[in-house]
Amino acid sequence: MTIKKDVIIIGGGPAGLAAAARLKELGVTDILILEREKLPGGILRQCIHDGFGLTRFKEALSGPEYAARFLDQVGKMDIDYLTDTTVLEIDSNKHVIAVTKEGLLEYQAKAIIMTTGCRERTRGAISIPGTRPAGIYTAGVAQTYVNLKNIMVGKKVVILGSGDIGLIMARRMTLEGAQVLAVLEILPYASGLPRNIEQCLNDYSIPLFLSHTVTNIRGKERLEGITVSRVDERLKPIPGTENDYDCDTLILSVGLIPENELSLMAGVNLDSRTRGPIVDENYQTNIDGIFVAGNALHVHDLVDFVSIEAENLAQAVLAYIQEGSFPQCSIRVETDDQVGYTVPQKVSGQKDITLSMRVRSPLKNCAIQVLQNDQVIKTKKMKKAIPAEMIQMRIKKEELISSEYIKVVVRHD
Amino acid sequence: MDKKSRYTYDVIIIGAGVIGSAIAREMARYNLKIAVLEKELDVCTETSGRNSGVLHAGFNNEPGSLMAKYCVAGCLGFDKVAKELDIPFARTGKVVVGFDEEDKDKLIRLKEQGDRNGVPGLEIIDKERIKELAPHVGGELAMYSPATGILNPFIYTIALAENAHHNGVDFFFDNEVVAIKCLEYYEIKTTQGSYDTKWVINCAGLNADKIARMLGINDYTIYPCRGEYFVLDKKAGQYLKIPAYPVPNLKLGGLGIHLTPTIDGNILIGPSTEYIEERDNYSSTQEIMDLLIKDGGRILPYLKKEFFIRNFSGIRPKLADKNVGGYADFVIEEREEVPFAINLIGIESPGLTSAIPIAKRVIEMVAQKQELKEKQDYDPYRKGILCFNDQTLEKKKELIQQDPNYGEIICRCETITKAEILEAIRNPLGVDTVIGVKNRTRAMMGRCQAGYCETRISEILMQEKSKKEDEIIYARMRGNMFVGKVRD
Repeated sequence: MTIKKDVIIIGGGPAGLAAAARLKELGVTDILILEREKLPGGILRQCIHDGFGLTRFKEALSGPEYAARFLDQVGKMDIDYLTDTTVLEIDSNKHVIAVTKEGLLEYQAKAIIMTTGCRERTRGAISIPGTRPAGIYTAGVAQTYVNLKNIMVGKKVVILGSGDIGLIMARRMTLEGAQVLAVLEILPYASGLPRNIEQCLNDYSIPLFLSHTVTNIRGKERLEGITVSRVDERLKPIPGTENDYDCDTLILSVGLIPENELSLMAGVNLDSRTRGPIVDENYQTNIDGIFVAGNALHVHDLVDFVSIEAENLAQAVLAYIQEGSFPQCSIRVETDDQVGYTVPQKVSGQKDITLSMRVRSPLKNCAIQVLQNDQVIKTKKMKKAIPAEMIQMRIKKEELISSEYIKVVVRHD
Repeated sequence: MDKKSRYTYDVIIIGAGVIGSAIAREMARYNLKIAVLEKELDVCTETSGRNSGVLHAGFNNEPGSLMAKYCVAGCLGFDKVAKELDIPFARTGKVVVGFDEEDKDKLIRLKEQGDRNGVPGLEIIDKERIKELAPHVGGELAMYSPATGILNPFIYTIALAENAHHNGVDFFFDNEVVAIKCLEYYEIKTTQGSYDTKWVINCAGLNADKIARMLGINDYTIYPCRGEYFVLDKKAGQYLKIPAYPVPNLKLGGLGIHLTPTIDGNILIGPSTEYIEERDNYSSTQEIMDLLIKDGGRILPYLKKEFFIRNFSGIRPKLADKNVGGYADFVIEEREEVPFAINLIGIESPGLTSAIPIAKRVIEMVAQKQELKEKQDYDPYRKGILCFNDQTLEKKKELIQQDPNYGEIICRCETITKAEILEAIRNPLGVDTVIGVKNRTRAMMGRCQAGYCETRISEILMQEKSKKEDEIIYARMRGNMFVGKVRD
């Protein structure tokens, strides 16, 4: 039996919960959240450190506390959600098949919101040479074991990659009595937020080696050690710079990839730069009625922006439910090679928009300019811009001067 | 004293690779008490599980060789075996692609060799036919072999071993043979205990020469020759449906870096050919990874970095050393001075394909010395783990009705349910490693490489086997996953 729903939200993490609460506030009542874990809250459940909510709530919350703010709302508003429910398939007609211990569930939705988060890049994806023993974990997996399963993964740790979860895990493992020998970063600058470098590494005297990577892994059963090399500007290891570390654990924090396997089934087109869907100003993908927000769209550094993005998406979904379509979004948003990407990637020109973007390398004293017909229509001056921090620029519809494409560029003073 | 009463087993097979498991399974037809001793914690942890998973047709081997004879027989007889053992297998066909006139001559000679070996249906095809058979594969001409197939080498070996076990064969894991006493019978000492037997079948693969030395035979030498692979995401699977090989330079001792679709829909690139010192150094190296990408890209130009999800390597137990090169024939012999001990030496490619004919040959050798009686209750059938994801919607509903564990997805990438994980953990051989679950179900093999399911699988393993955190083993003894609890 197929159940009809106005909105199906796939993923009950911060984006899904925020979208649901806002939709309900706006008067959309026929909503269902599908969550594959035993409890809603997404990745926040294992983020027991603080620092969440500074933007959204003006206070420092732990991950579970931050999630609770939205869960309370969802509970009070009586929004339906199912846990232990994994979606197996979606299609472009917005037909959804999910599986639970009670059986298969089939839904027909007017709109689907994809808030499926992201997954971690693995050893295989970056092809680290060496053996394949036990003791190599991605940072998120190590965090699940330590924070949710009460399992200690190792005692002598090296962390590859300076992504935020890696930094958080450097501190977490130290607090639990492990020795964290070093954090290695292949790039000449850190990938994580400056505050995490300070609070997770510097406060515990954990060294961070920039322009270094792992070039060999030793150990036939459990990890016994790694070889670390310095890399040149092209990120190639420099022979003669090898340094061996004895360790039983290697934690990888080498990037996050938006999770879009279900969206791909429905024919959603992805952006090769964000690896999330190409969306318009309404967060709608190329498939009519399939929307996406949060880390499934592009990887965020702060959960606060995930929630805000999902709340903005809820506005658009309301309009879609009521009107069935949007004005044509045929104005492309392009970037130069110093801006990594923007979201959205296309707009209508008939609505105020917020462009989210990242620079590709650290910059100082620069200006980010939005151009149309080679004219500057908006400028944001920045003393410092780093890839770890998302940049947002708000553009009012009156500021657009034509229906030509928009280009976002970096200018140096 | 009656000699018979002195030993516990009629036959002890050393090594639970595909050869040892096939011999165990085929011998279990007869009235014999059989055991398999394995130094690792599961079957097919070495050469048998670390290869391209190709059922070879038999055109690469010297006419008249055991390799040619057993490979052709193994290939042609495989449909029956696959059916009995309920294992996935597809006769995809294969192309060996050439780029120039020199390759053309070699392909014609290869076809002639295959024809002489009795390989059915070989033909030389042009670029147009290549495009029909394998639209994304490069090359100017090719030899097409319709009989070649693909299979999952883990599942095949596991199935052979499970079927052998079902018919009464004992499997002892974590039992590395350390000494063999040649009395009127053989007394085999392992790291765990002592086993008496009339017959010893040495299928120790990479260590077959060491076992032979324990038997007093000193003239075999195994030369380990490593081959590295890349595993590509199933998303790349659409670009290759049949194995695509370059024209082999058989002197090198490998078939050249090729691309093979796996029976599950991934693609393998490899293997390289590199003689090494250590017999269990399964490292990957930067140089070879670069080489695989370069050579693989020649055959399948459409290779994207995001397709790469894992590396692995395997080691060939070669009888031909580096300076000789090429392939030495399989050695399957019983020395007069060491009776009742059959040594299988240098069983490298096409060993996977040849496993059943090799097993039959070993049985013939045993039958020359003692009368073998077929058991009435021998059962050649074995049932594999039902794959939820392959079922129809209706069947899926039915399965969840019968067992709610089918409604809990543990591995998201491969859609593996808790019911399948539990069935793998409760495997008849008693294997309880994390990788044992992986090889039996495909959980952890997808693009997230266990990011989602590994925490769940290790938790279920602890519950099912009543193990503590520090008792969960990844793949090999001492390969512990965890050091303990965070807090007691």
